[in-house]
Amino acid sequence: MADSSEAKVIPIRGHHAGANAGSSEVPDAGAAHSIPDTLRDTAGALAKGIASRFLGDDWQGKVAAGLAFTRRRLTGDYQVDDLGFDPDLTENVLMALLRPLYQSWFRVEVRGIENIPEVGGALIVANHSGTLPLDGLMTHLAVHDTHPNRRHVRMLGADLVFRMPFISELARKGGTTLACNEDAERLLTSGELVAVFPEGYKGLGKPFSERYKLQRFGRGGFVAAALRTGVPIVPCSIVGAEEAYPLLGNVEPLARLLGVPYLPITPTLPWLGPLGLIPLPSKWIIAFGEPVSTEAYDSDAAEDPMLVFDLTDQVRETIQHTLYALLLDRPDAF
Amino acid sequence: MARVVLVTGVSRDLGSRFARLLAADPAVDRVLGVDVVPPRHDLGGAEFVRVDLRSPVVSRVLAREEVDTVAHLNVISTPQHAGGRATMKEINVIGTMQLLAACQRLPSVRKVVVKSSTTVYGASPDDPAMFTEDMEPRSSPQSGFAKDAVEVEGYVRGFARRRPDVAVTTLRFANVIGSRVRTPMTRYFTMPVVPTVLGFDARLQFTHEDDLLEALRHATVSQAPGTFNIAGDGILMLSQAIRRMGRPAAPVPAFAVATFGQAFRAARLADFTPEQLSYLTYGRGVDTTRMREELGFKPTYTTAEAFETFASAHEPGLMSDERIRNAEDGIAAFLGVRDASEGVPQRHG
Repeated sequence: MADSSEAKVIPIRGHHAGANAGSSEVPDAGAAHSIPDTLRDTAGALAKGIASRFLGDDWQGKVAAGLAFTRRRLTGDYQVDDLGFDPDLTENVLMALLRPLYQSWFRVEVRGIENIPEVGGALIVANHSGTLPLDGLMTHLAVHDTHPNRRHVRMLGADLVFRMPFISELARKGGTTLACNEDAERLLTSGELVAVFPEGYKGLGKPFSERYKLQRFGRGGFVAAALRTGVPIVPCSIVGAEEAYPLLGNVEPLARLLGVPYLPITPTLPWLGPLGLIPLPSKWIIAFGEPVSTEAYDSDAAEDPMLVFDLTDQVRETIQHTLYALLLDRPDAF
Repeated sequence: MARVVLVTGVSRDLGSRFARLLAADPAVDRVLGVDVVPPRHDLGGAEFVRVDLRSPVVSRVLAREEVDTVAHLNVISTPQHAGGRATMKEINVIGTMQLLAACQRLPSVRKVVVKSSTTVYGASPDDPAMFTEDMEPRSSPQSGFAKDAVEVEGYVRGFARRRPDVAVTTLRFANVIGSRVRTPMTRYFTMPVVPTVLGFDARLQFTHEDDLLEALRHATVSQAPGTFNIAGDGILMLSQAIRRMGRPAAPVPAFAVATFGQAFRAARLADFTPEQLSYLTYGRGVDTTRMREELGFKPTYTTAEAFETFASAHEPGLMSDERIRNAEDGIAAFLGVRDASEGVPQRHG
C-alpha cells in the first residue's frame, strides 16, 4: 500500500510526501532542505506517531477511511433513502458513538436473533421503558451487530421526536420515521425491518415502581399494519432499560408548560446537572421471540377489530412473560 | 385528441417553452398562448393572444377559437413576478375562477390540465414520510403560494364535478429546478452562505424543468384524468443539497428564523415565506407511484440528477468539491496515507 500511495502522492507534495524520510534526500529534487520543510517533516512524523499510537497498527487505513468519509460528507456525496435514512452517517458515526454504551456500559446480551428473518419485511414489537428511548437505539445496534445480514431496524417514533431540533434530524438520519400507518406500511411492503414500541410514552415515562409492567398496547395499529402487509410480528423483550434512568418522580406542571409528556426526576437527573443524563450501568438483555405469522390471514383481516385485539393481546402476553423469565434469569440489575 | 390548445401564462419562461414544445407536437394542431403581457421569449409555432385572465374576455377567446384543451400554467409562485402578493393572489385565484367559469360554459372544451404544486400538502412534523395524492395535508398551508394552490385546486375540483365530461388532470409538481429556471428556491441555493434552521434537516424533492414541460405535454396530449404528484425519484437532504452546491450552511435557531427571513426579504436576497420556511424545516416527500402507473410518465432526471444540472450551472461556493478533495489529498500526503480502496469516480467538478 505504501508503494502505490507514494506514486500517487508525489505529484502533489513533491519529495516531502514519502513515507520514509530517506527518499526525500534524493538530489533530483534540487535545492537543499529549508527550515519550513524540516518543520513540516517533523510535524508530519509527530502526527504519524500520534496516529499510530491511538489508532493501532492499521492507522493508515483508518485515517484514509476517515478522510474519505469526511470528504463524502462535506461534498454531499452520499445517498439517503426516501424517508431520510442515511446509512453512511448511521454506520460510521451514530452507531460508532453508541457502541461503547452498548458493549461496555450496558453489556447488552442478545437472544433469539435467529427469529429475525434473513430478508424481507418483519415488524418487531417491543416494550418501551427507561425515560429516554435508549431501548430503541440499543435494539437497532443489537440487530445490526448480531444479525448475519447486518440488517438495519427502522424505528417508528412519536410526532414529538420530529418537532424537536437536533433529535428530529438525527432520528430521520438514523432511520426513524413517524409512527403512522402510512409510513409503517410503506416500510414493511418494501421489505424493511420495522420496530415499534406500542406503549409509547405510557411505557417510557412510567414510574420505577411499575417497572416491567406492560402498559396498554395502543390501539393495535401495529397489528393492523402487519396484517395488511402480511409480514410476521417478532415480539421483543428488553430488560435493563428500566434501571438505566429509574423514573422516581415527574414534574407534571412544568412538563405541561414545556409541552413534553413528562419531566423526569431520577436518582441523578436534576441533582447532577447534565451529568445526570449519563444512564446507570444496568445489565441489558434483548430477546427476540418466535415470530407470529400473519400469512394465514388475508388483507381484510385488518378490518376485523376482534382479530386485531386478539393478536395484540397475544403479542403483549408473550412479551410480558418473556420479561418475567428474563428478570429471573438476569443475575443482577447492574 | 388535443387539437386546439390554450396555454395560459406564456409570457413567463416555462410557459413560453411549454407553448413552443406543444406547437412542435404533431398531435396538436394549434396552440394559443395567452397572458397579460407579451412574451419575452419566442413562442415558436404558437400564437399569442393578449388576455387578462381576470377578465371575462377569456371566454370570448375560448369560444372564437373553438379551444378543446386548456393548459393552465398561470399559477404564480413568486410575488415579485406578479408585482406584489395581492396581485399574485388575484392572478392565481380570480384568474383560475374566470378561466374555469369560461370553460364550464363552453361545450367544445374536452380537457383541462392544471399545473399545481406539492406545496398543497404543507410541511409539518406530523406528516407521513411520503404523501400520496389521496392524503390530506396534516397542516393546511395558511399563506402565500401554497394557499393559492390549495384554493386553485379547490376550484378545479368544483369544475370537474360540474363538467364530468371534461378530463381534468392536475399535476402537483415538486420544486422545479434546472440550469435555466429562476425560483425562490434557486435564489436560496445560490446565496454565498445558505441559512438553514438549526437542528432540522428537510427532505427535498425536485423536478427537472425539462421533466416538468414533458409531464405537462404528456398530460395534454394523452387521456389521464386525475391528480398526480410529479417529482424526480429519490430525495436530497437540505444539508446535502447545500453541500453539493459547495456552499457553507449557516444554521439559525428556529426562534430567530422569522426575523432573519424578514431581513433577507428586505435585502432582496431571498424570499422566505412562512410556508417555505416550514418546508425548509420539516421537508416533504411525495409518492409518485400513480405518476408512473396511471399517468404513464417517467421523469428523465432523478431528484439528485436534476439538482446536479442546477449545481453545475453555477459556480461552486467556498466549499467546492475541488477544494475539499485537495484538502483531503493534502492531509493524506502530509500523513503519508492513501486509501487504495477509494477508487470512487469523481462525481462533478
